Amino acid sequence: MSGAHPSHDAAHHGAAHADHGSTRSYLIGFALSVVLTLASFGVVMSGLVPHDLMMPGIIVFGVAQLVVQLVCFLHMGTSPSQRGNLAIMLFTLLILAIVVVGSLWVLHNMNVNMMHPTSKMMPVE
Amino acid sequence: MGSTAVRVAHGALDDVHGGGVDHHHHDDGSKTLLGFWIYLMSDCLIFSGLFATFAVLANSTAGGPTGKELFELPYVLGETMLLLVSSVTFGMAMLNMHAGRKGRLLAWLAVTFVFGAGFIGMEVYEFAKLVHEGAGPSTSAFLSSYFTLVGTHGLHVTCGLIWLVVMMDMVRRHGLDDANRRRLSCLSLFWHFLDIVWICVFTFVYLRGAI
Repeated sequence: MSGAHPSHDAAHHGAAHADHGSTRSYLIGFALSVVLTLASFGVVMSGLVPHDLMMPGIIVFGVAQLVVQLVCFLHMGTSPSQRGNLAIMLFTLLILAIVVVGSLWVLHNMNVNMMHPTSKMMPVE
Repeated sequence: MGSTAVRVAHGALDDVHGGGVDHHHHDDGSKTLLGFWIYLMSDCLIFSGLFATFAVLANSTAGGPTGKELFELPYVLGETMLLLVSSVTFGMAMLNMHAGRKGRLLAWLAVTFVFGAGFIGMEVYEFAKLVHEGAGPSTSAFLSSYFTLVGTHGLHVTCGLIWLVVMMDMVRRHGLDDANRRRLSCLSLFWHFLDIVWICVFTFVYLRGAI
């Protein structure tokens, strides 16, 4: 492979890699992630949150942590160099939503319309 | 990959079709990173299929134990913290790579490996315990999809650990050349991506299961 070329060490690493973050951005991301992780587990484990609010709670904290890590660790953003990556990710999220929501929807309907011998329906969440 | 080698190997031909030289010169690895990002997104689709399967089968316990009975949240919180810390230490490694500090880069990579290995160790222990308790993958559809989803993530992290060791050896042998920087950038994306998938795992598998 192209291993032994020390002369190229410092070459081509100017403008193209301007968006690789700083110690500060990693530490901010780490602090926020720890807080959001503890919040997510706290919602379920502390017993202080009403049962109905648990599911929305962990989804909100989970999505918030996803965004924090995408911005602070993966340096996603709307800068021109990141726009292509962002577009690919948004398209992936669309496919992902279709697969997950579609599966749940279709199979939920199938479950509801099944003729259960005991006429007992699957518990709906 | 290996465009430098191609450039050197075909150096003799440069005067024949010199137009190609300029072309190679502008390849700073960004195309490789874009390609790797597309791979990661397709990997994301694999996980979306597994998450959809798990979501559909989450209540199909076939009379066996439920997630609420099996999952120990404090243990999962420990796993989560190990992976999160390893993600940050990898970030520190990358900062040192961009600053050209080889020694510190290797040290941070070693720290990342320790935390990543700790995560895998905890997960293997958790799986062994579940199987020992009679809650193996063949017990119910819920547990089959659980082991497939969480196991696939664990397999990815294991591959990341092997890649990490390989890169530490490559950097030690060849230093911080273009190829190694490019490969480390790809591994960095891979590692952070796995931490992001884990957020979905602990939210939708463990926490949702315990509600």
